[in-house]
Amino acid sequence: MEGKEILKDLSNFSAVSGSEFQLHEKLENIFKDLVDEIKKGILGDFIAVKKGEGENRLKVLLTAHADEIGLMVTDIDDRGFVHFTNVGGVDPKTLPAQEVIIHGKEKVFGVIGAKPPHVLTDKDRKKSIKIDEMVIDCGMTRDELEKLISVGDFITVKRHSIGLLGDFITGKALDNRSGIMVLYECAKELKNIKHSCDVYFAATSLEERGLLGIKTTAYEVSPDIGIVVDVTFADKYADSDIQIECGKGVEITIGPNIHPELSEKLIKIADEYAIPYTIDVSPASTGTETWNLQICQEGIPTLLVSIPIRYMHTSTEVVNYKDIIRAARLLVLFISSLKDWGDIYA
Amino acid sequence: MLKKLTDAFGVSGCEKEIRNLIKEEVKNFGDVYIDKLGNLIVHKKGKGKRVMLAAHMDEVGFIVTSIKDDGKIKFAPVGGIDSRILVSKRVVFGRTKIKGVIGYKPIHLQSEVEKNKAVDIKELFIDIGATSKEEALKYVKIGDYATFESEYVDMGRYIKAKALDDRVGCAILIDVLKENYNLDLYCVFTVQEEVGLRGATVAAYSIEPEIGLVIEGTTCADFVKDEKDFITQTGKGPAISVMDSSSIVNERLFKRIIKVAEYYKIPYQLRRGTVGGNDAGAIHKSKVGCITASISVPTRYIHSPISMINKDDYENTLKLVKRVLESLEKEEL
Repeated sequence: MEGKEILKDLSNFSAVSGSEFQLHEKLENIFKDLVDEIKKGILGDFIAVKKGEGENRLKVLLTAHADEIGLMVTDIDDRGFVHFTNVGGVDPKTLPAQEVIIHGKEKVFGVIGAKPPHVLTDKDRKKSIKIDEMVIDCGMTRDELEKLISVGDFITVKRHSIGLLGDFITGKALDNRSGIMVLYECAKELKNIKHSCDVYFAATSLEERGLLGIKTTAYEVSPDIGIVVDVTFADKYADSDIQIECGKGVEITIGPNIHPELSEKLIKIADEYAIPYTIDVSPASTGTETWNLQICQEGIPTLLVSIPIRYMHTSTEVVNYKDIIRAARLLVLFISSLKDWGDIYA
Repeated sequence: MLKKLTDAFGVSGCEKEIRNLIKEEVKNFGDVYIDKLGNLIVHKKGKGKRVMLAAHMDEVGFIVTSIKDDGKIKFAPVGGIDSRILVSKRVVFGRTKIKGVIGYKPIHLQSEVEKNKAVDIKELFIDIGATSKEEALKYVKIGDYATFESEYVDMGRYIKAKALDDRVGCAILIDVLKENYNLDLYCVFTVQEEVGLRGATVAAYSIEPEIGLVIEGTTCADFVKDEKDFITQTGKGPAISVMDSSSIVNERLFKRIIKVAEYYKIPYQLRRGTVGGNDAGAIHKSKVGCITASISVPTRYIHSPISMINKDDYENTLKLVKRVLESLEKEEL
């Protein structure tokens, strides 16, 4: 399956919030043969447009955020150790003894040191280690480092994506490169079928910094319908309320942040075509871009389809590619069923 | 050489792969044999003193304790591992080379208390992408060993790899074996150091060395704030142990090592801090006792996937060990 290789490649690539443009060339290569037009926004969003057929076409925006969480250099000390802060929701527990790349003038390899167990006190052992207690060791002096990196440079965990058993894939930033792959699989399908909507595939920016990028993307596109594709927690072991599992279907969210008639229609299609799904009930914000998307301009009807992943915001996230295919199929069926706005309230 | 040695698998109790690798490297350097516990011993017969040079070939790692119905693999640490370094890491199993991940509950789902608490190893499991126990069992069984997935990286002045504690010692022994000394020299690549100096205990018993010299990759915490907690520092030459939790150095041998280092102007440092132990702890109290000392390459972040050594420290340690052996040929302690 070609998609799996693209996902691994996207996972290996680095685009911490604020540097989404780093992914643009890759995205352009992936989407260029599948769409009619490609646009790039001021805040780093990437939009690929596939035109529909006929008059008075509905505009459907399909988004997945391109950015990933990461770290940023805050100081290089006298001994050459690099101090850092987080960009987005990084769990400090994921950092000790990790290998990283500092994206300076050159890519600089380093490791986040951890005290050996021999020197730990009992008190140490009970506490989690805070970000300001950690440093990156590049094996270089301050003078050497200052020629290569500077305060403000982005840092990512060095992790090469690999396949696990079956269709499972592990790597960093599967949140939300998995969503981008849903867009890709969707575009691939839509190329071969007739549809009347114009579809805007958008890889948005700054999601990990507070769902920001979607605002400018939505403004630019002015869609009639906005569909967000993101990832969701499939960590059953951590919370008995979590029902969804990787490889067993997608998640469809309902609640005030989601358009009621549209989600009903989406669920009906999933039932009709036997696409496995779990319903997620969200009493307010879904925690995804739908929250900001819904109140853009004069209001945008939203939908949320999520891919279950395990260990979100670690560098060992796990996704099952089958779920990506399922989400894409569901969205293709949904989009191709839309003709005009009358369909929605009919 | 160090790349080959650190890439190889050899968790305590499962040293076959690393042993076979070293055996192939040393086969022409002396009488090579494997004892009952799996120690690899190279004997270079000679007329001089009976000297045992020891480096442990085992590394810390993990052992599978159970496999859950949903295919998750529970494990226990083998040797001293801080459970706080395990989250968001990849591991590789020794027998089948299959890879798995150690994930963790996403930060979004952690309570404030959980966020500040250290990770408990009992919460963790290895995920190989199996969806059932049956599927997992095709690749992993109870008792299988795993280690960190970590590639050897040449960082310029430094080397980063897993298991530099104590493959760096193994590399030095292999280099020493390439030369000849007027000594009855036993180079022992020991097993099970990390679980309590087990291999060295039986090797010293059967070899009955007059002098024991342990070559280690030892604790180096020179990245912490307070210099008195460094234990050793990289770039300052081999570290000579005075006292750790397992032994106190023999004074005559200790003085000899320092004399040799100073004579040949080899930089050295004393290992400060009394924590940790090594094979010297077993060798010095073997039978009627044995004159024993340790010379170590300072190694940052031992017992983790990202241990680091300074290349100059390696060269200087090798030089010092060779010169010390030469001095033992000539002069009584």
